[in-house]
Amino acid sequence: MKILVPVKRVADPDNANKVKVSADGARVTSEGLEWKLNPFDEYAVEAALRLNENGASGEKLGEVIIVSLGPDEVQTTIRQPLAMGADRGIHVKADDAELDSTVVAKVLAALVAQEKPDLVLMGKQAVDGDSNTAGQVLAELLGWPMATFAMAIETADGGKTLTIGREVDTGVLTLKVTPPAVVTVDLRIVAPGSVRNGVTPDAHKYGEGARYASLKGIMAAKKKAIDVRTLADLGVTDGAVVTYTKFERPPARTGSVRFVESAQELVQRLKTEAKVL
Amino acid sequence: MGFQGLDFYNLDDELHEDERLVRDNVRRFVDERIEPIIGKHYEAGTFPKELISEFADLGLLGANLEGYGCAGMGAVAYGLAMQELERGDSGLRSFASVQGSLAMYPIWAFGSEEQKQRYLPGMARGEIIGCFGLTEPDYGSHANGMITKAERVPGGYRINGVKRWITNGDLCQVAVVWAKLDDVVHGFLVPRGTPGFSTHKIDDKWSLRASVTSELFFEDCVVGEDALLPGVRGMRGPLSCLSQARYGISWGVIGAAMGCYETALNYAKDRKQFSRPIAGYQLVQQKLVTMATEITKAQCLTLRLGRLKEAGKVRPAQISMAKRNNVHMALEAARAARDILGGNGITYAYSPGRHMMNLETVYTYEGTHDIHTLIVGQDLTGLAAFE
Ligand SMILES: Cc1cc2nc3c(=O)[nH]c(=O)nc-3n(C[C@H](O)[C@H](O)[C@H](O)COP(=O)(O)OP(=O)(O)OC[C@H]3O[C@@H](n4cnc5c(N)ncnc54)[C@H](O)[C@@H]3O)c2cc1C
Repeated sequence: MKILVPVKRVADPDNANKVKVSADGARVTSEGLEWKLNPFDEYAVEAALRLNENGASGEKLGEVIIVSLGPDEVQTTIRQPLAMGADRGIHVKADDAELDSTVVAKVLAALVAQEKPDLVLMGKQAVDGDSNTAGQVLAELLGWPMATFAMAIETADGGKTLTIGREVDTGVLTLKVTPPAVVTVDLRIVAPGSVRNGVTPDAHKYGEGARYASLKGIMAAKKKAIDVRTLADLGVTDGAVVTYTKFERPPARTGSVRFVESAQELVQRLKTEAKVL
Repeated sequence: MGFQGLDFYNLDDELHEDERLVRDNVRRFVDERIEPIIGKHYEAGTFPKELISEFADLGLLGANLEGYGCAGMGAVAYGLAMQELERGDSGLRSFASVQGSLAMYPIWAFGSEEQKQRYLPGMARGEIIGCFGLTEPDYGSHANGMITKAERVPGGYRINGVKRWITNGDLCQVAVVWAKLDDVVHGFLVPRGTPGFSTHKIDDKWSLRASVTSELFFEDCVVGEDALLPGVRGMRGPLSCLSQARYGISWGVIGAAMGCYETALNYAKDRKQFSRPIAGYQLVQQKLVTMATEITKAQCLTLRLGRLKEAGKVRPAQISMAKRNNVHMALEAARAARDILGGNGITYAYSPGRHMMNLETVYTYEGTHDIHTLIVGQDLTGLAAFE
């Protein structure tokens, strides 16, 4: 299969306290932030690699293309998936402020027209804005079938049909989609047995989570191509449809953490002190 | 939340993209695969063999060598990998250092093409473990006084002698052994199973407990012609290996020090005495400031050393200065962290006590602190205070 995986850089969630709001409240400032690959996108990369390889022999079964939108620094974000084993990258130059889910989806739709992938595999959402919309808008623009929140992907016929498991409140909802399609993934997609491509032997054990980039993979990634495009190259000239009016920090937490000796004491205190029971 | 590290002088800006990727991936590996199990292994005095194949998959074995299935990393990327590993445990970093710098490197640098093909790819895959036998019971710092002897016999060599304190000794499938042939030091590759070669694990140690340390015995051990490393004669052989390993150590111990610093900082911010966090007291702050300053100085020193090595300009005395300074720095940082943790500092639940005990070995092996003083002293004055 040819799989396109869009990835976004997000402020390192472990360092969320470094996120600052500009004095006028107009934007979140990005100076001094450490950037990370959005975790759900990293899971999409892992799922794409598992779909397109024989996990036991390492043989490749198709191409995985990574795309990211943003300033020049996003090339670093693209390099990690390339080091994990993806084949090549596309960097679409843009200011972070120019982008919202709609612009991103339009850019991806234009790239799909050029690259003609069988599957766009993406994270269900980015952990910064938590919009959870880019995949859905893209499927609509393309008129493609869509499966969101995938926690399992299976194919037995080389990707002609995909069986997708979606976790819902009451259990697992199973969908069959016929590519080309858009699939967005949830956390469980990187459990050891979540992706089955009919080629990797069932006995093969994947680790829990996305794979590490090996040192050899990192060396190999230095030589992999990242094509650079602009929004104009892709014919996306309309601006963002979402505008932000104001950002503010949540109020500082008051109170302190208290430790209790037993469940009984907790219930007692919730009744008498917190008065929430 | 994973390990954050300390970067007070924004040295990250000086690193290339691939170097940061190496650091970040090995960091995550240490968080996820080493941190959860290392305390138990240390306590039990066992080496986590199950991690060998994961080290290999990650490319940590012989990472800075070119070809033969090795990753071919630059010196700084390699150093950063060692830094992250040693944040996990000095014993695990030692495993990787010995495999890569002390066992694979001499084969790579001084071996015949046949020896390289036979050993290096399997060693990079972690299927063949190597060890490095230089130190003897009676010859430690004075390694060139060694009495292990090789003699020519029809078809090969006969080796007699004892090596002591040999990391990976009981794990190894092949030992790189330094012995005197006609009074000149030579390297020999002795496969496990060769008659007359046996190993014995040293168990009564309170440092580097998650690493295997052994004695090697050679009793009329006969090896073939093809066991001799053809490319080197004299102490230049083992010393050039040690230069590689000492370089890795000077990075590695920064990891141990940063681990200790981070643990101490977080602990001091949480721990209240006299109804305030102890991090708010001047004496505790002084300890933290000293740790952070010394770590930052070591980082600058080592990054520069790495760039010199990449440019092919590094001198052994420069590596000695970094090994000497950084190990001492890390040991002091571990002791200060142990202190800040109070009683908790002596438990296995917190890493500084373990790092502190490990670093006592690192202070001594690969040239003791004082021997490196003498090496730098000789370099500065032109006068040798030792043989
Ligand atoms: C856990 C562990 C793992 C090891 N792994 C290996 C390995 O894989 N391979 C290997 O070959 N070796 C290994 N070693 C051995 C290590 O390199 C030696 O212990 C080290 O070189 C010191 O030798 P020694 O122990 O004989 O001490 P000594 O040389 O006896 O030193 C004792 C003290 O005397 C001082 N001293 C010695 N000479 C002088 C001098 N001229 N002037 C001033 N002071 C001096 C030293 O600095 C030290 O303080 C390991 C050691 C340990 C503890």
